Amino acid sequence: MKIDIALGQYCEGNSPLHRLDPRAKLIMSILFIVAIFMAKNVFAFLFLILFSVALAAVSKVSPRVVLRGLKPILFIAAFTAVINLFFVRGEQLIFEFGFVKIYLEGIINAVLIVVRIIILLAASSMLLTYTTTPLALTDGLEQLLSPLAKLKIPVHDFSMMMTIALRFIPTLVEETEKIMNAQKARGADFTSGNIMKRVKALVPIIIPLFVSAFRRANELAVAMECRCYTGGEGRTRMNKLHAGMRDLFGILIVIAAGVVIVLINRVNFGFSLVM
Amino acid sequence: MASLELCGINYIYNKGTPYETYALKDINLKLGGGITGIIGHTGSGKSTLVQLLNGLLRPTEGKLLLDDEDIWEKKTDRLREARFKVGLVMQYPEYQLFASTVYEDIAFGPRNMGLSDEEIKERVYAAAKFSMLSPEVMTRSPFELSGGQKRRVALAGIIAMNPKFLVLDEPAAGLDPGGRCGILEGICNFSQKSGASVIIVSHSMEDMAAYCDRVIAMASGKIVMDGSRSEVYGRADELIGIGLDVPQVTRIASALAERGIDIGRDVYTVGYAADMICSAANIQSSDKTN
Amino acid sequence: MDNIIEVKNLNYTYEGYGDMPPVKALKDVSFNIERGSFTVILGHNGSGKSTLASVMCMLSEVDSGEVIIDGRCVTDESMTDEDIMDMRRRVGMVFQNPDNQLVATIVEEDVAFGCENLGMPSDEIRRRVDAALETVGMTKYARHAAHKLSGGQKQRVAIAGVIAMKREIIIFDESTAMLDPMGRREVLDTIERLNKEDSITVVLITHHMEEAARADRIIVMNGGEVLCTGTPNEVFGDPERMWAAGLDVPQSTELLYKLKKAGFDVRIDIFDPYECAREIDHAMRRMRLGGETGGKS
Repeated sequence: MKIDIALGQYCEGNSPLHRLDPRAKLIMSILFIVAIFMAKNVFAFLFLILFSVALAAVSKVSPRVVLRGLKPILFIAAFTAVINLFFVRGEQLIFEFGFVKIYLEGIINAVLIVVRIIILLAASSMLLTYTTTPLALTDGLEQLLSPLAKLKIPVHDFSMMMTIALRFIPTLVEETEKIMNAQKARGADFTSGNIMKRVKALVPIIIPLFVSAFRRANELAVAMECRCYTGGEGRTRMNKLHAGMRDLFGILIVIAAGVVIVLINRVNFGFSLVM
Repeated sequence: MASLELCGINYIYNKGTPYETYALKDINLKLGGGITGIIGHTGSGKSTLVQLLNGLLRPTEGKLLLDDEDIWEKKTDRLREARFKVGLVMQYPEYQLFASTVYEDIAFGPRNMGLSDEEIKERVYAAAKFSMLSPEVMTRSPFELSGGQKRRVALAGIIAMNPKFLVLDEPAAGLDPGGRCGILEGICNFSQKSGASVIIVSHSMEDMAAYCDRVIAMASGKIVMDGSRSEVYGRADELIGIGLDVPQVTRIASALAERGIDIGRDVYTVGYAADMICSAANIQSSDKTN
Repeated sequence: MDNIIEVKNLNYTYEGYGDMPPVKALKDVSFNIERGSFTVILGHNGSGKSTLASVMCMLSEVDSGEVIIDGRCVTDESMTDEDIMDMRRRVGMVFQNPDNQLVATIVEEDVAFGCENLGMPSDEIRRRVDAALETVGMTKYARHAAHKLSGGQKQRVAIAGVIAMKREIIIFDESTAMLDPMGRREVLDTIERLNKEDSITVVLITHHMEEAARADRIIVMNGGEVLCTGTPNEVFGDPERMWAAGLDVPQSTELLYKLKKAGFDVRIDIFDPYECAREIDHAMRRMRLGGETGGKS
């Protein structure tokens, strides 16, 4: 089954998390990431895990979807874990074979890093990608960064580019499929031969795709001009973002979580797991 | 003659999910010879059918027999061979052009077949002739040609593979009357001279009336009519019932029938209608061209 | 007569690129378009009809000649960017490829795009967007993803985007060319409704003669020149001229033309199948009558 790229991983819903202002969710994500990196001991991590589970429960996104979303980063997590395992030097040597030395600190580091990456991804996708449409996210980002426009940073242009990209990615994916089919019908072979041969086989796909993308870009630019588009200045929006008490509440909760972590970090539980 | 046979074909999207839909349901069809038209409105399954015919899609159930051999059986070589034997011209084929010259673009298919340079050259020029492309065009970039010319280059690219079956999805879509005539004449010409079977999928009832020997009408993934064009066009009411237009002249004929002037129900070209009306009025038509 | 668009002695040349010679796309083109009318510009590919559209929308500069929209000469060199922007608020355009003119992912966001560019207040945009979607019959799809719609639906969304901006003139540049018959009918019905009910001046550029037959007036382009102008009856009344310009005429006209050549006494400027049948019926009766009374006709 095809994934709908325009909606990304967005899961339709009406949970409290869905209803939050995208700007609030962006701020909450940033704060939560800071909190993740503040966590120093095992109990702080347990608290983070608990907090993420709570987020998942509130968002009402099915756990299966969340777990499936984690799959792509497992490799990165595993890779970082292995690096930590072999290269972190400490005091308690546990295993030695030739030049391979594994220390207790390495094992702890490896475990923590994996947990950190997983929490980071799970929580931010819960806050952002699963509960916010890409379009709302783009809008939120634009408005959050709008003060930067005063510094002549083209915030609006970037967000317009994002909007157009979101609109056209599905169209171009469909087009790629069509062109591939057309060339297959002419006997093109994309699946055999060495790497050079395969790269060469892509030429009949990439050139028509580029030609068409340029044509589309050109036509879209003309159409936008005809619809009086002159850039961000003087532009208004139909759907204004409305931040309310609930958004403030959300941000406060994440700040509170951060405070809790700082407190847990200070408590000495009688044994050291400090990194 | 080569034959292409569809046996009990089902094509199901999203099988096993709540969104399961039949794009094609129980299709049994034997194709071969002349020009066959497949008509049906968008969503009737005709585009899925086209992609099944040369193995771009694999039927969920049923068999596709090319010269009595199942193309999906065993080796993948057979599938590749099927793609050469059943040439498919997709909708808006000009968007697949990529080479720096028209010649190279037409030669892409034959090259993939592993032919010698001599053979390729021969085939490219023969195909260009069928598509009514002048030899001067061959060295130009396909991107600087007009829309109609580009489409004829794309058509030549398939013809150059010498297919036994030429399948076209909306070959005339978006072209003006001149361009439409050009491409359809080219297809007819190829069919007559090479003996290949042509299958045209379209919703232009006028074009189909003018060029097809056999007409198949599809609706909701099923074949609802299959017969000679006079048989199918004679059932105008049913055609309108499945959301298709009939040529205006067919409607004029039925309006005439209501007024007591019966020139037959199978009127679908203007020339024929004029002849029939003339003979009804006992006048020799001065214009015999069809 | 109240002309909303006047085109006077327009000339336009495309620069040749590579070793291609320059092409004169418009040669001394002149015509008027009446306020509130439905005009079709008919011509085969390369007849200059699309160039004409882009000139009328102020997208291309001409060699010489004038385009006057509502009393204002838009081809004047003294036009500033603001002036052009101001005129663009009155002339909307719907293009050929339904995919390449929708900007936003969600239908209603796209319809709002033009109004947002004009800097309208949010609640005013909301009102106009809802009304525009209602007019084109797409209210049901307001929150849908634009790329999943059919071609005809996409074009109707594009039309909604234009009417939300309340334009007086809408130019359709081959907006039906890429649609299937059902989509074409949807779009044409919408166009006709806009013209009749909201008295928007419509200019439809096409090569489909069935569409032209529905217009108040047809301007036929051939080789960069105006071949003829007139009502559908006048234009299709001379099929030979149309065939010579690489265009078709409705089948009814072709049939009546053939019958006339065969000696029938019929008018040929008829597009409705029933009227066409009546005309043939009457001609046959007259002939039978004429035959019985000794062949006077």
